[in-house]
Amino acid sequence: MKSPVTLLRELGAGVTERVWRLGFAMRFLVAVLRFSGVIFSRPQLTAREIYFSGALSLLIISISGLFVGLVLGLQGFETLQRFGSTEVLGSLVALSLVRELGPVVAALLFAARAGSAITAEIGLMKTTEQLKAMDMMGVNPLARVVAPRFWGGVIAMPLLAALFSAMGVLGGWLIGVVFIGVDDGAFWSQMQGSVDFRYDIVNGVIKSFVFGFAVSLIAVFEGYDSVSTAEGVSRAITRTVVTSALTILALDFILTAFMFRGA
Amino acid sequence: MSDDILVDVEDLHFNYDGRPVLQGINIKIPRGKVVAIMGGSGCGKTTLLRCIGGQLKPSGGRVRVGQHFLSEMSQKELYGIRRHLGMLFQFGALFTDMSVFDNVAFPIREHTDLPEAMIRDLVLMKLAAVGLRGAHGLMPGELSGGMARRVALARAVALDPLLVMYDEPFTGLDPISLGVIGQLIRKLNDALGATSIMVTHDIQESLLIVDYIYFISAGRIVAEGTPDELRGSSDPFVHQFLNAEANGPVPFNYPAPPLRDDFLRAV
Amino acid sequence: MSRSTIDLWVGIFTAIGIASLLFLALKVGNLSSANLSNTYTLEARFDNIGGLKARGPVKSAGVLVGRITNITFDPDKYDAVVTMAIDGRYHFSRDTIAAIYTAGLLGEQYVGLTVGGDEAMYKAGETIRKTQSAVVLEQLISQFLFSKAAEGEGTK
Repeated sequence: MKSPVTLLRELGAGVTERVWRLGFAMRFLVAVLRFSGVIFSRPQLTAREIYFSGALSLLIISISGLFVGLVLGLQGFETLQRFGSTEVLGSLVALSLVRELGPVVAALLFAARAGSAITAEIGLMKTTEQLKAMDMMGVNPLARVVAPRFWGGVIAMPLLAALFSAMGVLGGWLIGVVFIGVDDGAFWSQMQGSVDFRYDIVNGVIKSFVFGFAVSLIAVFEGYDSVSTAEGVSRAITRTVVTSALTILALDFILTAFMFRGA
Repeated sequence: MSDDILVDVEDLHFNYDGRPVLQGINIKIPRGKVVAIMGGSGCGKTTLLRCIGGQLKPSGGRVRVGQHFLSEMSQKELYGIRRHLGMLFQFGALFTDMSVFDNVAFPIREHTDLPEAMIRDLVLMKLAAVGLRGAHGLMPGELSGGMARRVALARAVALDPLLVMYDEPFTGLDPISLGVIGQLIRKLNDALGATSIMVTHDIQESLLIVDYIYFISAGRIVAEGTPDELRGSSDPFVHQFLNAEANGPVPFNYPAPPLRDDFLRAV
Repeated sequence: MSRSTIDLWVGIFTAIGIASLLFLALKVGNLSSANLSNTYTLEARFDNIGGLKARGPVKSAGVLVGRITNITFDPDKYDAVVTMAIDGRYHFSRDTIAAIYTAGLLGEQYVGLTVGGDEAMYKAGETIRKTQSAVVLEQLISQFLFSKAAEGEGTK
């Protein structure tokens, strides 16, 4: 049995450790931003990372979006049918996707698919001394390796979230209109009547941009900060996925509270 | 003549987490020579190399390379200097996402604006020098350990550096590759008019190719000399190292309390 | 992976992403149909707005003609002030009636403008004088019950 003093000390150590890491991550962010000129001077490097984070995630994002839309369509219809208002199915599907599910689920998938890959790549480059070798050649790894991956993720994320939402709406339409037989005109017009461009869509895009920023930062930071062993890299990857997921959900709550209060 | 000394390390100290790793190292390396720094594992020789390359800031003393005091430079100035330094890492540290050709071309592309055709000629020349011109299309994963080390060597000398640093260039190589790398280090050094520093514990291979050897133990230089001087040396440390004896000035046992105390405590 | 292949894929990716954004903006959102950039403001006072919400639609003859921008409570007159942004293309006569309706039985509530025959038109910033409050379902039911009860007493 541990004494209360020991428990308090462990709590204190845990908090100090986390605050220290957060501060370290912020300093790291400042350093990355300082060396981000490379995305303009050498866009090819960032294009490569958009390819790896974005283009290679197209399939998983499209398929997930479609299925989420199909499920929303089925569940929404099932519930709305009880109130006899199946014509608002379009609004339901579109609003849930554009405001919440699109940015959040796409960001979670992005963290698992691209974030973990970025951490693994940077972590392994560190373990095999590739980063040190680059540094020794007079090439700053923050500018050459970290900044392009960071910005690649930041750019790719909003586009992926938009794709997710669009595929989801198509999925909802497929179930609602094509299979169940909700009126096509009502589906779209109800949707257009309730989805506001600035209020819903722009806010959704802002959300996905913030998530992309957070996930990309976590991914490059965990990779760069990983312990140079096989175990260290695997732990860093786990941390990327877990921290990203928690950060996305916490940020989503904060952003939603600011964006959609009242109405 | 101080101009003949390319690398001058004066009274270098380095502490890691408050623990002294290097305690007053003095080394002078003349231009054009190949110098080996030897010592057991963990004696601080890799740390010394990192200090010379400016990757670590010494806690005391200073490092001069050419006219520049690396130990007092900012990060930005260091990046400017490093294109004149080449370094071969322990396991090559090739960029695994690039082909052999792109690896060797990397420092050239990063530091110059040469046209692609000229880069191609330069890279193939460097690869030919290490005998791997035919392998330029391969990925690092497809190379054997010895070949990867040779590619890394070609990359380290891609910009015709003044000073080439080798961190354990012989680790994990078979005897043939080991001889090949050793010969290449000497040959490239003389052909480029460069100066080389080699950190290693491979005594037999080093004695064949280097001009001068420093022995480091526990953060201090304990012996130095040309290969011939060292072979004839009566210094107990050199003797232990050259003959690979288990016990001597470098103890076999890690410092521990008397065996009897440890056993009694377990009961 | 050669440079041109990467460029091609990044191009495809960006095109798909932008197409999705456009799809959301034009087909899902109402950027195309209800781009109310050139609007003027009208106000209307109601005793009871029911479940009316800001950003709700303003319709005339069932056509969307504007949006509700703000709803406030007037502490002097104890009524609700509804501010609406009306599409600049449409103008309404001075005897227009603003009423609060419900789309379907449980749908969202909106402001309906019923135009009269007056030649003069409302100008920006004016307040619509004739209004009709929201029908609150509970009130309607209780009125019905009371009148039934009164009928019952009368026949006794």
